[in-house]
Amino acid sequence: MSKAHIIKAIQAVRPDPCPLPVVPDFEAGDRPVREVFGSVAAQSGSRVVRAEDFVGLATAVRTIYHKEIKIATPLRAIQSDIDLQQASPADLNGIDVAVLPAQLGVAENGAVWVTEADCVHRVLPFITQHLVLVLPEDRIVRNMHEAYAQIKIDDTGFGVFIAGPSKTADIEQSLVIGAQGARSLTIILT
Amino acid sequence: MKEHATKAAAFIKDEARTDWHDESLWFVRSRRDKAAHGIPEWEQLRELASQIKDHTLSHLDEYLEAFEAKAIENGVTVHWAADAAAHNRIVHGILQEHNARRIVKSKSMLTEECGLNEYLEAQGIEVVDTDLGERIIQLKEEPPSHIVMPAIHLKKEEVGELFHQKLQTRKGATDPQYLTEAARQHLRQSFLEADAAITGVNFAIAETGGVVVCTNEGNADMGTHLAPLQIHCMGIEKILPKAEHLGVFTRLLARSATGQPSTIFTSHHHKAKDGGAMHIVIVDNGRTTQLGRPDFRNSLKCIRCGACMNTCPIYRRSGGHSYDSTVPGPIGSILTPGIDLKKYSGLPFASTLCGSCSDVCPVKIDIHEQLYKWRQIIAEEGLLPTAKKQSMVMAGKVLSRPGWYKAAGKSARWVTRWLPRPLIYTPLNTWGKARELPEAPKESFQEWYRKNRSAS
Ligand code: SF4
Repeated sequence: MSKAHIIKAIQAVRPDPCPLPVVPDFEAGDRPVREVFGSVAAQSGSRVVRAEDFVGLATAVRTIYHKEIKIATPLRAIQSDIDLQQASPADLNGIDVAVLPAQLGVAENGAVWVTEADCVHRVLPFITQHLVLVLPEDRIVRNMHEAYAQIKIDDTGFGVFIAGPSKTADIEQSLVIGAQGARSLTIILT
Repeated sequence: MKEHATKAAAFIKDEARTDWHDESLWFVRSRRDKAAHGIPEWEQLRELASQIKDHTLSHLDEYLEAFEAKAIENGVTVHWAADAAAHNRIVHGILQEHNARRIVKSKSMLTEECGLNEYLEAQGIEVVDTDLGERIIQLKEEPPSHIVMPAIHLKKEEVGELFHQKLQTRKGATDPQYLTEAARQHLRQSFLEADAAITGVNFAIAETGGVVVCTNEGNADMGTHLAPLQIHCMGIEKILPKAEHLGVFTRLLARSATGQPSTIFTSHHHKAKDGGAMHIVIVDNGRTTQLGRPDFRNSLKCIRCGACMNTCPIYRRSGGHSYDSTVPGPIGSILTPGIDLKKYSGLPFASTLCGSCSDVCPVKIDIHEQLYKWRQIIAEEGLLPTAKKQSMVMAGKVLSRPGWYKAAGKSARWVTRWLPRPLIYTPLNTWGKARELPEAPKESFQEWYRKNRSAS
């Protein structure tokens, strides 16, 4: 009932048709995307490292964070301290570090695309105390236009661009890292 | 309702606080400038965003129907609400159906506009706002004073005292880091216990039937992914045709809002989680009426970035509460008169018409021109605030008679030059409040012109 009412109200007053513009290809800057990604991500409070500087992913994670951390990961290269398939979302509240594969990185804003398929539980990248995303270096694109051209946002039921650790400036504009989500974000480039 | 000017007068009584408020917002505005200047195609992006919105509004019915069809295909339940009351009833109905009593909510100006919290609380349902700024003002029992930074008007000492009373933090503690940590612990409990999560919507995609929610804290995600039931409430104007258009809008939103290159989380919801349920409520509440006003329909393009507030010389010095409207500042001053012209007839006058709002608006809304158009309508309908009415009538008479105009100019120059201050800055001179009159020139332009022309 309400629907018909609203649709009719729109049809009665809607403006004359305006054309849909075409979004052009914007000119690329000179700096390589990998470099831009690194510096923008760092400015947003992310830590960007290269996998080749460590002996394996597991060492990388345990070197960056502490040895005694509780890790949750679907990656086979790292031992998970919790069985993600069996766990309920609330069980994830005690996780120190979640290590997840990521699909795509965006140079202009340091954002990384993660889908439901990558995180097993949608809440994992948020509820974990710290988040590590593993991103193939050749999967970094220039800007959000290229990003949306490469992903399908409805491939899975949920997908998110993550552009840094959770933060807030709601008290007197003072920046505080670690609001409701992960307190730190490490991006490991492979 | 008290006039904006009256409330603003109360706000600026505390001069130090006014300066602090002004500077905090100007700081955000400067960050926006820096971020915008870093993008060579910025102006092109604004133009594209404006045109995409124009196009979408001109096919709004088709896009809404396409969106609904796709969402239903995704297994989402879609509801339509003609007004705030219907919206609240629908949300309550969904909650009842799922037996949900504890709700976590992330920031949504729409639910604020509809008064959802009060409605649900009256039905015995607990609503916890989970954005830190929103939680602060919820505990303080105040409305938000800004659409992006709801507690921008509060000092850390006030937040510290509030948290001490409500969250048992240390007495006298004011460190934002410490206070944020306390809120984090407190909210985490709410997330884990919630039966349902309610969010607003930044963008809805007709092509895919999904909604996009942007936050920095991750609170919307903590809520939606933990609670078995997720409800997304959106105004009809949130629609974008395709996923590719998100490229344009995500580049503009955070840079305009806070100067960040992106919000930390840009979440795309298309289907409910395993074993969960997802509902979308599409709300009109006066928007189709605004669409029917050619002079004002542009205001529906707003993406709620807050940039027009941060830049506005009046907003910065009068605070969000002085507008007495869910959306304050320049954009609020053109949206709210459309809802209740009589009640909000003062708002279009809360502006210097400097145009700074239109300059920063990422979707190029002609905000200051609409403010001016509202003023004309308000004058025609005889709804002018009394002081303005008298001075306007007088000005009209003087300006239409050249002789009077010259005489008035002469006497004004004489008056401001020779009259003692207390006589000029009387309570009758509302203009002189918080303003300093410029030093009057000895001669008028006409006098100067006559003299100089004959001399050359
Ligand atoms: S009117 Fe423009 S500047 Fe103001 S909040 Fe809306 S989009 Fe932002």
